[in-house]
Parts: sequence; structure tokens; C-alpha cells
Amino acid sequence: MSSDSSSWERALVQISPYTFSAIGVSVLDAAWGIFITGSSLIGAAIKAPRITSKNLISTESGAFDSYYMLKLLLVELARLGVIFCEAVAIYGVIVAIILQTELESVPTSQMYAPESLRAGYAIFASGLIVGFANLVCGVCVGIIGSSCALSDAQNSSLFVKILVIEIFGSALGLFGVIVGIIMSSQATWPAKA
Amino acid sequence: MYGWEMLSFNIHDGFLEAIVRGNRSGLLTAADYNNLCQCETLDDIKMHLTATEYGPYLQNEPSPLHTTTIVEKCTLKLVDEYKHMLCQATEPLSTFLQYITYGHMIDNVVLIVTGTLHERDVNELLEKCHPLGMFDSIASLAVAQNMRELYRLVLVDTPLAPYFSECITSEDLDDMNIEIMRNTLYKAYLEDFYKFCQKLGGATAEIMCDLLSFEADRRAVNITINSIGTELTRDDRRKLYSNFGLLYPYGHEELAVCEDVDQVRGAMEKYPPYQYIFSRISYGESQMLDKAFYEEEVKRLCLSFEQQFHYAVFFAYIRLREQEIRNLMWISECVAQNQKSRVHDSVVFIF
Repeated sequence: MSSDSSSWERALVQISPYTFSAIGVSVLDAAWGIFITGSSLIGAAIKAPRITSKNLISTESGAFDSYYMLKLLLVELARLGVIFCEAVAIYGVIVAIILQTELESVPTSQMYAPESLRAGYAIFASGLIVGFANLVCGVCVGIIGSSCALSDAQNSSLFVKILVIEIFGSALGLFGVIVGIIMSSQATWPAKA
Repeated sequence: MYGWEMLSFNIHDGFLEAIVRGNRSGLLTAADYNNLCQCETLDDIKMHLTATEYGPYLQNEPSPLHTTTIVEKCTLKLVDEYKHMLCQATEPLSTFLQYITYGHMIDNVVLIVTGTLHERDVNELLEKCHPLGMFDSIASLAVAQNMRELYRLVLVDTPLAPYFSECITSEDLDDMNIEIMRNTLYKAYLEDFYKFCQKLGGATAEIMCDLLSFEADRRAVNITINSIGTELTRDDRRKLYSNFGLLYPYGHEELAVCEDVDQVRGAMEKYPPYQYIFSRISYGESQMLDKAFYEEEVKRLCLSFEQQFHYAVFFAYIRLREQEIRNLMWISECVAQNQKSRVHDSVVFIF
């Protein structure tokens, strides 16, 4: 019934907006960062198996389920206490929960009132900001993690130095989260008349 | 686009790049070469090499060792690593890896044709071929009488087929024509490889084009020096130079008219990267030129490892391994012939 040109439009409109919220894009880029680091890590670990434990700090993949991995993760967490690529997905979860609490339903008479529009757009924009800031953060940390794995395989004194660069990279996601939270906290819905 | 390849390079090629970098850390260092240079017999060399990464390949060799055995086993290691990478590679990396071996294929073809001309046995020649450049119908090269037959019978099925369009003639094969054929094929191969790398774009294009330009220029200089005093005319000489590189086109004009090494030096000194090479060789001496070129090549190949997410590391690794095998061959020959004072004449340290 509908012509070809409008089918994409219909699809986009019919998809629930929750998909595009902070968590959708954040998880995408956490995954992106993890695969960038992970593929280099696997290859480099063939010649230098010792690098796998330290470099898991970079990937911190939640998909591994064995007891050994969990134990290793706890040890590494206790030692350094920092999570990188996975942190990006965690930021997304945090902001999604916060935005969820900000949402309120508005009576139909006030649906297009300026105040309710402002609140709606503020929450939407906050989700977009967090999502895309985490996108670049995840990719950045992933690329640095890949270089970290390769250089650690050659010379183990380089690991901590490149880890510092990764910390600066993950600050990008943090900036996005801060801005997103500030924006969404100002979303005030109109009082129910 | 340059810079954005970081985002998607690791999907297909991240694993192999990490393997290549791991393999690179297994190249022999200056300390290893110093140990090897101080060996007295070939058995000492074998003992030192078994402590390095060549261990599994050399430890089962029986005691009266030959230098060719050492070189053969080391080449076998290179071939194993190459095949391991090739079978895991996807497009376009697999095409890239295959391009690296076409140079060896050309050398093998010329080896067999020359050997047949001098009436050597085909099987003996096949053993001397480089394993990276073998292809299926290589043994039937011995049957061909002239270039047209060579192409029609054997080479039309190989990847070298498109390179033959420039040099098909009906002349009989003799020594001079074979050398011209080798150089014409190599020129076509380098140009094809250059175009392929440019199509890949990004960091690969930039680094590979630099390495290939150096290769083209080096071959131009070698062709010039080797053809001084032979019957190769100037036009023929110019036809053998590649159509890219730092020397194209003005350097080629100057090189084509050179009649001795000093004129070559004069022509090359106008190009700063090559001026450095030629300044280290005293006047009238061309034996050290090979070593100087190898050193420059090794320096550029090591630099290509500084950047990540491109294919030139594969090319560089294979070239560095070949240089290492050349070093080992030189050291073994010096030790076997008891001329240890000349060992440092031709060993190029990689690290």
C-alpha cells in the first residue's frame, strides 16, 4: 500500500524511541571497542601469552562466564580498580535509568505546551549526547587497547604507560554522561492542571 | 579515507596483524648476529640457531651440515609462516599477500628457463627454486623454446600472465633476452603492485608506495650499473625502468645515458635520500653499493612497523626475513670457507 520511499520512514517512526536511548548506542560502541581490542589481543597473545590477564582490563568482557575469568577480573579490579570499554556500556545503563525516572506522562491537553516540549526534547537530547559520546569513547579506548596489547607483547614496561592514555580516552564518555545528567535534570514537566 | 581505517581494520585483519608483529619479535638481533659471527664451524652456527626461533627446523639435521641446508630450513620457516597467514587472510589481504610472492615466481621462471638453456636437469633446477614462488605447472617451463611458447604453454594460467603483454616476441631465448625478459616482467609486476596498493588507499597506500618506489629506484640503478659496457642500447635500458618512483621521469633520463659508475653517482646525488647512500661509498667502488641499498631498505621496512592498521607490515616482515636469510647464508659461507674476516662485509643488522 505504501510506496517504497516511505517504507524506511515508516520503519523509523514505528521503532520504539527507547531503542535510540542512551543504552542502545552505548552498548553498540562498547561492543565496537571490545572487538577492536580483542582481535589484536588474541593475535598478540600467541607469541606472548602473559599479556592476556593485564589486557583484560581493557576489554573486561562481560560475555566470559567461567569461574577463572571472574576470579581474574576481581583480582585485576582490586589491583587497578578501573574498567574501560565495559565502563562505556555501564555509563549507558546509568543514564538510561536516570532518564527513565525523569519521564512522566503528560495529559493530552498539554502535549504541545512549550514546557512539555522542552522537557521532552531535553530528555531526548540527553540520551543522544550520552549515546554518541560513548560511541567515540568506546572506539577510542578500543583502538588504544589494541595498540596496548601489541606493544605489551613486545615490551612489558609499556603497558602501564599506554593504560594512562586509555584513562584519558575514557574520560570522553564521562564528559558525555555529566552533560547528559545536567541536561535531563532540568527537564521539568508542566504541573498537572 | 586516511585515518578512518582504524575503525574497521581489526574486523578482518586485526588478528593477522598481531601475529605478524609477534613474529617480528622473533627476528635475530644484533647480539645473535655477534654470536653467529664468532662461530668457528657450521655446527656452532647450528647450535646458536637452535636457541633462537629456528630451533625446531634445524635440530634434526645430521651433523655434516651444508650451508645450503641451513638456508633451506630457514626458508622453510618463512614459508610456513607465510602459508599460515595466507590461509587465514580474507580479501583484500589475501591478494596483497599473493602479490608479495610474484617477484619470487618471476625469479623461478627465469631460473628454470636459463637452466634449460644451459642443459641442466629439470629436477635439479626445481630444487633450487624459491618455495614462495612455486606454482603448479612450473616443471613444464623446460619444454618451451621461445617466449611465445612459454606464454602459451605455461604462463597463461599463472598470475604472471598480464605481465607478459609487454615482452612477447618470437625470438629465441638466449641469455641477454632472458635478462631483458626478467626485468620487463619485474617492471610490470611492480607497476601492478603499485596500482593495487594505491587502490587500497589509506595508510597502506602511503607506506607501500614509498617502499615500492624505493624498490623501483634501486632496480633502476642496478640495471644501469649492470648494463654498462653491454650491448643494451639506451632506449632498451629506458624501457626497463618503472613508471613510478622518485626517479621518474627525470632521473631515468639521466640514468639512461650513463656510461660508468661515476656518472650514475652524479645523477643520483641530486636526490637527497639517495645522496646519503652514495656518499658512503668512495669513488669508483660499486661492491658496497648493494650493502648500502640493503641497509636503507631495512631502515625503511623497520619504520613501517611504527604505524598500526595497515598491510605494509606483512610486506615488511617477509622482506626482513629474506634479509635475515641472506645474512645467515653469508655468515655460513664465510665460516665454511674460513674467511671470517669478511663476515661483516655483507651482514645487515636489523635491530
